[in-house]
Amino acid sequence: MRSETRLFAGAFVMIAAATGALVALPYLQFRDLRPPSGLHPYTSAQLRGRQEYIREGCVYCHSQQPRDRSQAPDKDRGWGRASVPADYFYDTPHLLGTMRTGPDLFNIGARQPSVDWHLGHLYQPRAYVPGSIMPSFPYLFEVKPKAEPGDRVVAVPRQFVPTEGVVVAKPAALDLASYLLSLDHTYPLVVTDNQSR
Amino acid sequence: MDPIIVLLSAFLISIVALGVFIWSMRNGVFGTDSSGAKVIFTAHEVGHAEDPAAELQSLTALQRTVDLEQGHTAAMVDGELAQRAEADRSSSTVTFVFLSCAIGWLLLGSFAGLISSIKMHSPDWLSGYAWLTFGRIRTIHLNAVVYGWTSMAGLGLAMWMLPRLLKTTLQGGRFALLGAVLWNAGLIAGIGSIAVGLTTGLEWLEMPWQVALLLVAGGALIGIPLLLTLARRTVDHLYVSVWYLGAALFWFPILYLVANLPGVHFGVEQATMNWWYGHNVLGYFFTPLAQAAIYYFLPKVIGRPLQSYNLSLLGFWTQAFFYGMVGAHHLIGGPVPSWLITLSIVQSVMMIVPIVAFATNYALTMKGYWRAVLYSPTLRFIVVGAVMYVLVSLEGTMEALRSVNTITHFTHFTVGHAHLGMYAFVAITLFGGIYFVMPRVVEREWPYPRLIAAHFWLVLAGMTVYIVSLSIGGWRQGLAMLDAARPFMDSVAVTLPWIKARSVGGALMTAGHLVFAAHFLAMVFQLGPRRDRAALFHLARSVDHA
Repeated sequence: MRSETRLFAGAFVMIAAATGALVALPYLQFRDLRPPSGLHPYTSAQLRGRQEYIREGCVYCHSQQPRDRSQAPDKDRGWGRASVPADYFYDTPHLLGTMRTGPDLFNIGARQPSVDWHLGHLYQPRAYVPGSIMPSFPYLFEVKPKAEPGDRVVAVPRQFVPTEGVVVAKPAALDLASYLLSLDHTYPLVVTDNQSR
Repeated sequence: MDPIIVLLSAFLISIVALGVFIWSMRNGVFGTDSSGAKVIFTAHEVGHAEDPAAELQSLTALQRTVDLEQGHTAAMVDGELAQRAEADRSSSTVTFVFLSCAIGWLLLGSFAGLISSIKMHSPDWLSGYAWLTFGRIRTIHLNAVVYGWTSMAGLGLAMWMLPRLLKTTLQGGRFALLGAVLWNAGLIAGIGSIAVGLTTGLEWLEMPWQVALLLVAGGALIGIPLLLTLARRTVDHLYVSVWYLGAALFWFPILYLVANLPGVHFGVEQATMNWWYGHNVLGYFFTPLAQAAIYYFLPKVIGRPLQSYNLSLLGFWTQAFFYGMVGAHHLIGGPVPSWLITLSIVQSVMMIVPIVAFATNYALTMKGYWRAVLYSPTLRFIVVGAVMYVLVSLEGTMEALRSVNTITHFTHFTVGHAHLGMYAFVAITLFGGIYFVMPRVVEREWPYPRLIAAHFWLVLAGMTVYIVSLSIGGWRQGLAMLDAARPFMDSVAVTLPWIKARSVGGALMTAGHLVFAAHFLAMVFQLGPRRDRAALFHLARSVDHA
């Protein structure tokens, strides 16, 4: 056999084995997964907000995968029970994340259910969490001299608002907040939800 | 699926694979002697040091170091290097285009990285611009350095090494040029997309699939010269670097295509696919490209063949096998099947086999020649890169262990590790290769040798500060996060001094890159003192130019 043939045949076998184990097997295993009864599909506002979460790259600092209590105190921090594959039934693309520069957000909607808090926090995180290093997102908001009918005015602590005018949330900020509120996986798992773990 | 069965079968496959390897070695597939290692030298060349980046004085000192070990070596006969001069000439245009693109991306990537680093401790800086928000500029940094700088530089060196390794001229270079055009067009579109917020949200795969396909096509086109040149080779034996290059060029389009298949991946399966890709683009593309360079340039500079050639091939196959399945260690503790995690941890530990094979070979070959790093700029980079390969791989194995991973996962420690791999190992190796290659490509010496030293020390200092500070900061962050008694904000506060130090490291690295880019431009535009010392170049070439 020529060396080239051996090289490419070998290289093909290796990548096939890796793809089989890490892509094909999980595909087969999760293909028939059903959503847990407590999990609801995203509304269109939540989906738009999820897209906003992706656009701004929130995933680079926030995970969405609490670990089991036996490994880490994620539950004690209020991040929720360890997640299972079925919890992600509606999550494409996946947003599991690999960093916790900020806290896990898998249950942020349950932990922090106030829209006002989220909007203000997106506008200026340091107004709510001293020492936070989260970016502020002023471009998701508008500063207007006066609120108009239908405007969602954001209540930000006085020292963080411009001296003149009010802070109004743009639709993108409202969508993002509604996505964050939808992150609530506190429903109980019944045995069948957990079968693939 | 029963995890025990999967585990056992993984072990079984590993053992069968190794068995096949040993059997094929016994049957002379790889040759039982080390004559293969001499393929990169001409008849009387062993014992002749070579570094086109070294000044005359350094080169003399380098040769003296080699002579001390090998005694007096045979003189080369006239015209012995004529074939190689022709090989170099055939690849110079292609290599030049790739390396120029690489350096452009390196600068963009460095500044994007530096901005993201500063933003992490000064979060309100430049916060009014959407495209500069941390989540986007960090991603622009990653894509520019990974798919721009590293890919273009690695492939450029590959195109240059191929005709030398196969002792012929580069065939089908225009396919590579077309590939480079598609690749760069895709990357410009991709980075633009990320800047305006059009991203897939998948780490390492952020570019929308519509533009990613351009990179798949470009990558495939860049593979064509490999096939055409292989068909015209005049060597019987394929040197180990060819194995690494061939496999890398073969693997990348497959990886990138499967990862970007639209409408196939979902939920947790997409997460495992994401890390299958994220780790294999390292193990199946960047690592082999850099290793091919080390296996070529290191012996070449000191004029000494690899000391254990068979070990390098053992390293190749074991790495190809074990590396492919380590990706899921990025999901330890996550909602993925335990059999998958266990498989990845096992294979991460098995990676010790290729690491030790590489390290042994490297140390044996360098034994007695360490002084050569004083005189050869190329070797200085390559030696650091090779040491960093060993370090990053061992660290990777450690991080995959559940006990260590529990601390380092989700922290800056991982970011430090990633830079130890992609920068300290891969980028440093590529710098070394470029210093060797460019004088051959433009037929001119580097005009200011001191700038090579400045580049080296700046990036060495920068990356040390960067990696050490993120490793300490990340470790402390992980410990703080594991202590339920401490508020989460403690884990942020403990990292602050270290992420500030990271900005200092990043600034030093960026400064080094500016020096490098300026030197590159000076060389290309023929600025500075002109030295093209005929003795340094191939004999045949000096005759041509006489």
